[in-house]
Amino acid sequence: MSIQILMPALSPTMTEGKLSKWVKKEGDAVKAGQVIAEIETDKATMEVEAVDEGVIGKILVPEGTEGVAVNTPIAVLLEEGEDAADAASAEPVEVASSPCSMPACPPQAAAPSHAPVQTVVDIDEEKFFKNVQTMTVREALRDAMAEEMRRDGDVFVMGEEVAEYQGAYKVTQGLLQEFGDKRIIDTPITEYGFAGLGVGAAFAGLKPIVEFMTFNFAMQAIDHIVNSAAKTLYMAGGQLGCPIVFRGPNGPASRVGAQHSQCYASWYGHVPGLKVIAPWSGADAKGLLKSAIRDPNPVVCLENEIMYGQSFEVPTDPEFVIPLGKAKIERAGTDVTITAFSRMVGVALAAAERLAEEGISAEVINLRTIRPLDVETIANSVRKTNRLVSVEEGWYFAGMGAELAAQMMEVCFDDLDAPVTRVYGADVPMPYAANLEKLALPQEEDIITAAKKVAYAA
Amino acid sequence: MAKPTSPAGKAKLQTVTAASNVATPEQMLQFYKDMLLIRRFEEKAGQLYGMGLIGGFCHLYIGQEAVVTGVQSVLQPKDSVITAYRDHGHMLACGMDPKGVMAELTGRSGGYSKGKGGSMHMFSREKNFYGGHGIVGATAPLGIGLAFAHKYRGDGGITTAYYGDGAANQGQIYESYNMASLWKLPIIFIIENNKYGMGTSQKRHAAGDFLKRAEGFDIPGEKTDGMDVLAVRSAALKVVEHVRGGEGPMVLEVSTYRYRGHSMSDPGKYRSKEEVEDMREHHDPIEHIRKTILDGGKMTEDAFKPIDKEIKAIVNEAAEFAQTSPEPDPSELWTDVLL
Ligand SMILES: Cc1ncc(C[n+]2csc(CCOP(=O)(O)OP(=O)(O)O)c2C)c(N)n1
Ligand SMILES: [Mg+2]
Repeated sequence: MSIQILMPALSPTMTEGKLSKWVKKEGDAVKAGQVIAEIETDKATMEVEAVDEGVIGKILVPEGTEGVAVNTPIAVLLEEGEDAADAASAEPVEVASSPCSMPACPPQAAAPSHAPVQTVVDIDEEKFFKNVQTMTVREALRDAMAEEMRRDGDVFVMGEEVAEYQGAYKVTQGLLQEFGDKRIIDTPITEYGFAGLGVGAAFAGLKPIVEFMTFNFAMQAIDHIVNSAAKTLYMAGGQLGCPIVFRGPNGPASRVGAQHSQCYASWYGHVPGLKVIAPWSGADAKGLLKSAIRDPNPVVCLENEIMYGQSFEVPTDPEFVIPLGKAKIERAGTDVTITAFSRMVGVALAAAERLAEEGISAEVINLRTIRPLDVETIANSVRKTNRLVSVEEGWYFAGMGAELAAQMMEVCFDDLDAPVTRVYGADVPMPYAANLEKLALPQEEDIITAAKKVAYAA
Repeated sequence: MAKPTSPAGKAKLQTVTAASNVATPEQMLQFYKDMLLIRRFEEKAGQLYGMGLIGGFCHLYIGQEAVVTGVQSVLQPKDSVITAYRDHGHMLACGMDPKGVMAELTGRSGGYSKGKGGSMHMFSREKNFYGGHGIVGATAPLGIGLAFAHKYRGDGGITTAYYGDGAANQGQIYESYNMASLWKLPIIFIIENNKYGMGTSQKRHAAGDFLKRAEGFDIPGEKTDGMDVLAVRSAALKVVEHVRGGEGPMVLEVSTYRYRGHSMSDPGKYRSKEEVEDMREHHDPIEHIRKTILDGGKMTEDAFKPIDKEIKAIVNEAAEFAQTSPEPDPSELWTDVLL
């Protein structure tokens, strides 16, 4: 049977082109891969190669023809034993469009802008607080890792100074002694490399905990967090998960200057395929990190250096795990909702205390998980208080506050009695000077001012 | 630190050539089939692209078939494989179904990633093929992660991580060399040196010698002719022995050539027609093995015909499937984001 050679699309955008030259003539034998013609596309002159073996029986489009649409038959190729008569019947045909190139496909019905929200089963947290131990956030994080490592041999920790030095911030203290150097691994200072290593190991089914000395340095590794860890499950059609935790201190510490003081919540929160948590208290730290380690997805755990040394009551039950995707109402109130995460939860609680003295009842919500964000808990609170103040240490532009404002408009616009108001870090690189640093970061007073403003009490 | 025991120092001077008894006649015929399948598959993909059935980026492997065929011929099923975006050949060489690969190229539900990955992103847990990655250089750290898992589990498996001459300039490659050597990870870094990273020739993009760079990390290397599947196999046998023996990583630099443009829309202005023509006419890996088989006297020209037909049929069947498999259901948009 003779084969029609069609005008090929030689670039993703080409719809027609000029058949500038025939390299083979009628009667010539061609082999697969041989150049038969030259075509000028919208971008360049390119060669057309034969895909099948045979003899050029008839040229349907003469050289020099402009505007030949993609998929128009341009020649007839005869297979072994055929003669030109077989080709004679072939007539030039207009092929309207490609069978299913992207633009030709019918447009789909307007899709929702984000995936359906997964329901998260909450726990009875009170129950776990019957048996508690006072410990620092640092110890809570360490215990979370140690307990999960005892439970699952596939869990291991790697990062700079995590083993022999016992952690740059002493979070991994004692782990090397208990688990040995097979599972607690000191890496060279090579974030891009060891983040990628962790992701590869997770593809193979291990459960790495990759510690970044701080998240500022994870910018070297963000390619693997986003491109390799977050996207592969989707690109693999669900075949290949990536059970990994990236953890370390995030956000401003104290007087460390611009390159060491930055909040990445909205950066990672932006990425589908990632979960992002930001613990505040010791219980948060332990319960959330344990959940993160057990979670089959990549989780970014944004800790805070200043919080490491603070003590809290932490449940002792090793089955105390906090579900990812659930916020916690830390203080109930009726007049204004204040959301915060990480260190700012404590600042918001202090502000709420003072607001109470002035007769304003603030409800403080600890977001705990940045992604998936617990919109329901926040919206329910706003339905009650009709006001929202969002607090974060990061920059405002495309920040968490911007996201919260948008989400509240989408889900409970009619319940808002005041514009959602944002409290955030100053829109500058972090200054070093003590007074300037204080000015750059949200303070209790800023939250109080914002709360009064939305409550029209200023 | 101990000096590398293996012939790293000499490797840059010497290229591993085909050992005389490196493959039986049956194996040679298998290599011919394997390479021909890749060649015909890629030609068909090029054709489907021309018909608008495949979109976006599509990087063909034509010319480089002997590299993956030779290397895979010495691996075991438990070994892991990872490569970049020029990945169709690797998937076929790993034994993945041509139908599933082609249907992924056309973005259909029967594709390996249900149409959600495309030409550059396919995976098979079953075949230990870990993609299919679009970021140049990423296969090195991801590869040492796979190798780390083999070592952690003590399962005796090794990893082959493929990347190009252009990728060899990425910093993450050297971060990976360092950790792989420090921790003696069972990995073979395979540089598919086709002389160009897109439109930039090796002369213009890479200083020094690739294997010398590895030497700095105490990683021994070998060079071989990637247009000769038996040479590749000979080199791979040597390298695999070292790596599987727990001696740590090795680099295998394979000299090869891609006949087609970097991707479908590359007019190829950076190299002469004569250069490409010379490689096709005088160094084609498939012709080379065919000739070796014929010279061996065990097969005649005619005996190849049914084989060529059989391969063509497999590819046509794949193309047919890739066009008839339905597009993914719109609900698939929302699945596989999280587990
Ligand atoms: C980090 C990154 N930079 C740039 C690109 C765009 N790009 C894709 S392939 C390529 C050339 C790579 O050449 P090489 O590694 O030699 O592989 P080959 O294409 O020759 O197989 C470039 C620059 C990319 N995908 N990733
Ligand atoms: Mg190259």
